[in-house]
Amino acid sequence: MADMSQGRTNVPVAGSQQPGTATISGSKGLEFDEPLIFEMGEEGRTGVDINPVEISNERLGGLARKENVGLPGLSEPQIVRHYTRLSQKNYGIDSGFYPLGSCTMKHNPRINEKIARMQGLGDLHPLQPQSTVQGALELIDTLAHWLKTLTNMPAVAMSPAAGAHGELCGMMAIAAAITARGENRTRVLVPESAHGTNPATAAACGFTVDSIPANDKGRVDIAAFKAKLGPDVAGIMLTNPNTCGLFENDIIEIADAIHEAGGYFYCDGANLNAICGRVRPGDLGIDCMHINLHKTFSTPHGGGGPGAGPTVLSEALAPFAPVPYVIHDGNAFKLVEDANESDGVPFGRLKGYHGQMGMFTRALAFMMSHGSDGLMQASGDAVLNANYLRASLGDTLSVSFDGLCMHEVLFDDRFLKDTDVSTLDFAKAMIDEGFHPMTMYFPLVVHGALLMEPTESESKETLDLYIKTVRGLADKAKAGDAEFFHSAPRHTPRRRLDETAAARSPVLRWKPETNE
Amino acid sequence: MRYLPLTDEDRKEMLGVVGVKDINGLFADVPNQALLKAPVDLPSRQGEMEVERIMAEMAAKNLNTSTSPSFLGGGAYRHHIPATVDYMIQRGEFLTAYTPYQPEVSQGTLQVLFEFQTQVAMLTGMEVANASMYDGATSTAEAVMMANRVTRRERAVIAGGLHPHYREVTETHAKYLGFEIVSPAPKAGGDDVAELISLIDDKTSCVVVQTPDVFGNLHDLTKIAEAAHEKGALLIAVNTEIVSLGLVEAPGNQGADIVACEGQSLGNPLGFGGPYVGLFATNPKYVRQMPGRVCGETKDVEGKRGWVLTLSTREQHIRREKATSNICTNSGLCALAFSIHASLLGDEGIKRLARTNHAYACELADMLAKVDGVEVLNKTFFNEFTVKLSKPAAEVVEKLAGKGILGGIPLSRLFPGNSDFTNMMIVAVTETNTPKDMQALTTALKEIL
Amino acid sequence: MSTIKYTKDHEWVSVDGDIATVGITAYALEQLGDLVFVEVPDAGKSVTAGDEAAVVESVKAASEVYAPVSGEVTEGNPAIADDPAAVSGEAGGDGWFFKIKMSNTSELDGMMNDAEYGEYLSSLD
Repeated sequence: MADMSQGRTNVPVAGSQQPGTATISGSKGLEFDEPLIFEMGEEGRTGVDINPVEISNERLGGLARKENVGLPGLSEPQIVRHYTRLSQKNYGIDSGFYPLGSCTMKHNPRINEKIARMQGLGDLHPLQPQSTVQGALELIDTLAHWLKTLTNMPAVAMSPAAGAHGELCGMMAIAAAITARGENRTRVLVPESAHGTNPATAAACGFTVDSIPANDKGRVDIAAFKAKLGPDVAGIMLTNPNTCGLFENDIIEIADAIHEAGGYFYCDGANLNAICGRVRPGDLGIDCMHINLHKTFSTPHGGGGPGAGPTVLSEALAPFAPVPYVIHDGNAFKLVEDANESDGVPFGRLKGYHGQMGMFTRALAFMMSHGSDGLMQASGDAVLNANYLRASLGDTLSVSFDGLCMHEVLFDDRFLKDTDVSTLDFAKAMIDEGFHPMTMYFPLVVHGALLMEPTESESKETLDLYIKTVRGLADKAKAGDAEFFHSAPRHTPRRRLDETAAARSPVLRWKPETNE
Repeated sequence: MRYLPLTDEDRKEMLGVVGVKDINGLFADVPNQALLKAPVDLPSRQGEMEVERIMAEMAAKNLNTSTSPSFLGGGAYRHHIPATVDYMIQRGEFLTAYTPYQPEVSQGTLQVLFEFQTQVAMLTGMEVANASMYDGATSTAEAVMMANRVTRRERAVIAGGLHPHYREVTETHAKYLGFEIVSPAPKAGGDDVAELISLIDDKTSCVVVQTPDVFGNLHDLTKIAEAAHEKGALLIAVNTEIVSLGLVEAPGNQGADIVACEGQSLGNPLGFGGPYVGLFATNPKYVRQMPGRVCGETKDVEGKRGWVLTLSTREQHIRREKATSNICTNSGLCALAFSIHASLLGDEGIKRLARTNHAYACELADMLAKVDGVEVLNKTFFNEFTVKLSKPAAEVVEKLAGKGILGGIPLSRLFPGNSDFTNMMIVAVTETNTPKDMQALTTALKEIL
Repeated sequence: MSTIKYTKDHEWVSVDGDIATVGITAYALEQLGDLVFVEVPDAGKSVTAGDEAAVVESVKAASEVYAPVSGEVTEGNPAIADDPAAVSGEAGGDGWFFKIKMSNTSELDGMMNDAEYGEYLSSLD
């Protein structure tokens, strides 16, 4: 056996049905019981008026679809109600405090949505002649300038579609640079506290992954790291600030050591929001870093994307940047799409077209709204808020690592010892109190992790109520009321769900025969 | 700053609780030489009005597709997006939620994903689908890597009609993972099926065929599927115009094992190329090799039906270097837009939408065929076809743009260096093109050629 | 008469002549949680001690089961592949994963007996 995760499953426990609360319709006041769309439609109805047309000279070559697709027919008001009701079963950053560590749930300004939909931005075709999209290319170039200035890096690849995609970009550039040097380096060092995407990315680029342990201060064990260096090491993937919410204070030494060993330094920029505008990763000796625009620069998470992961590159890696990219050529912007036209040696292409333009416009609007001074203030507030939680909860919960934290604070489950309440139970009780839970069981370097990230978007009043709630629940757990926690949440559209049953015999779609 | 709730008074009080003198004191772990003492050299904060003005200035420099006749396709299509779609996706509970890891407070997103997976499965004619990928190109590359895992082989046969960006993304992965790609030369008149089949051998993991292909041609997949299966390979069908499936036979009904699509056409604006939504569908026996998130049905402790993310052990956050893919974030909000649009359309709507696209495209093809210097190369198509012009297409397209018409995509843009394609362009027609648009393009081409 | 040995990877090995039957211990099962998926090796597969031989998955964890000894797999247990809930953690019980015809029985020497494994477990807490 190996790699046994501390992840805990939702195990349903017998819930107490409150008597007398059942309704005839199944809905309860503002809480609606909403069927699947496939259970409500009728044939022939539609929510879009399109006149039937005659096709005079069809060119389908005998490949016409024989059977109906099977989509239900509904009118527009039914659709509006369906999705409104579904939305009400969700918790968003607009609804309340969302201290989900490592995910950075900050305010999503609506001006960014408005700008992304502007005529001339939202409605451009990616393959219009370049002469007709000079403003769009200028926007990409402007965002690139902001990103390079904030990180003090000479180049940026704009096309990666998400953070993990940016990791691919950086690691592919590293692999290309090593090949170009005529070397064969196959091993990548990844701290055990890393996001799962880091080892997955290294593997996707053909590298083997070698794990580096953490020291008792929650940082990379630098002696262990140095002992692993060798001529076969391609690089290190290190998140800074790291997933324990701590700044890697030996980072410059790490950078020097990896460079001396002939490897490259991939910095995972997932936590750039802690230092944005205050510390430039380029000053720390990194070679590449992806920037999650949906975290640091607040493009909406959208229930799981889309993201965007522009990746800054050092002089050594810049020539290998993938196509396409924007250059300024005399008096016009130019998109270099063909590797043969490039001054460098692009390692390839990562996605269709040029990148997540809709995310670029939102992120740039966010950055311009803050300005360099506001971004500095924002990272300061984010770190202050996290430290305020740490200082206010430190005596009640168990802080994993002493000292100041950055934008998030890590607790473990020692404070729940002998209470029969798990981290999961505790998090579920937070839901009943109107808060989104903190991140649970990540990072893996401590037992029963509870990782809280307040971001700069929260007021002191919100944090104070949260602190009061967490303290109250911790007292309740220590007082021995385990059953209260086991049966949480009680005030949600659904209570604990059986994830084991879902995975043992997966039902991944609706079907007429099985669901009627 | 309007986004920051802390007042100076708050900050002072909180710093006192933390026990440091000022904000800089919180960054004590940062090496001093790396800690900036002043903001970086970028503009300072600005109000909504000012930011909007700067952005509007950049927007105004572009020729937009809303007010100009546009016939651009090539994997991204201008369709009408019902107002309801854009309203619904901006509800904060959808827009500002995270990935649904806490199912009790995410049943909205989860039910949407379950409905989305079902809609994708229905449209493609497959049994199951995942909760989306970044786009059609990455979906295709992931499909090839999945076929390599399923068959334990490392040789993909890719038809010449695959969108060049999709091919390049797949080739990029191949370079790093060391699998082989073999491919016949692209042909504007459509793939040679016999040639394609001749490349399939017992080392082949998959055959990748796009239909309608990048030139607009439709392909019967049945024979290719049979040939692939005979050698133990999988058939990956690619579709970049999902609206076509309202009228054209679904790949799942023609023997496809994996279907990878671009879903932008439903619910998602052109947006200069992204964000879009990759669709990924397959059969249940391969589900544990599938990349990406997937939502499944279950029950809660009270026995009520609900939804959770499931089969997570395939994914990076658990499997780490052994995951089926490194994908984490997908295209949740774009999938929602897709799903709402599909729900609004229903069976009747998708059929009528597809028929309208095809009817208009047939009409324009017939109009253009009568223009001197224009030859329509396709025998079959859905809403997009390739024309051969008497002059280099890139020049013609620039001249059309000068007249305010986005007339087509020169094949030289997608296949740089391929001299066979110099005079060719692909032209797409959707329900948004009016008879006036089509007349304008026809007249302009007569003048230019 | 079979003897049961344990590995530090929380596998039990029941030895009968040159046949080793391998399963996972109750401790391992508890760490994983309810199993939802099990993949067992095909008969005839030859393995070296330390090779990945089987896969177990719960909802939120996945793990490899390594071959504790070298040899040829003679059988994978179809009962647990069909129904992962049949993995019980009982050493020597019906919830075994696979049987190996051992090529080098001295590989058993470093393994723990029941009492030693018990001590090992208490050292982990």
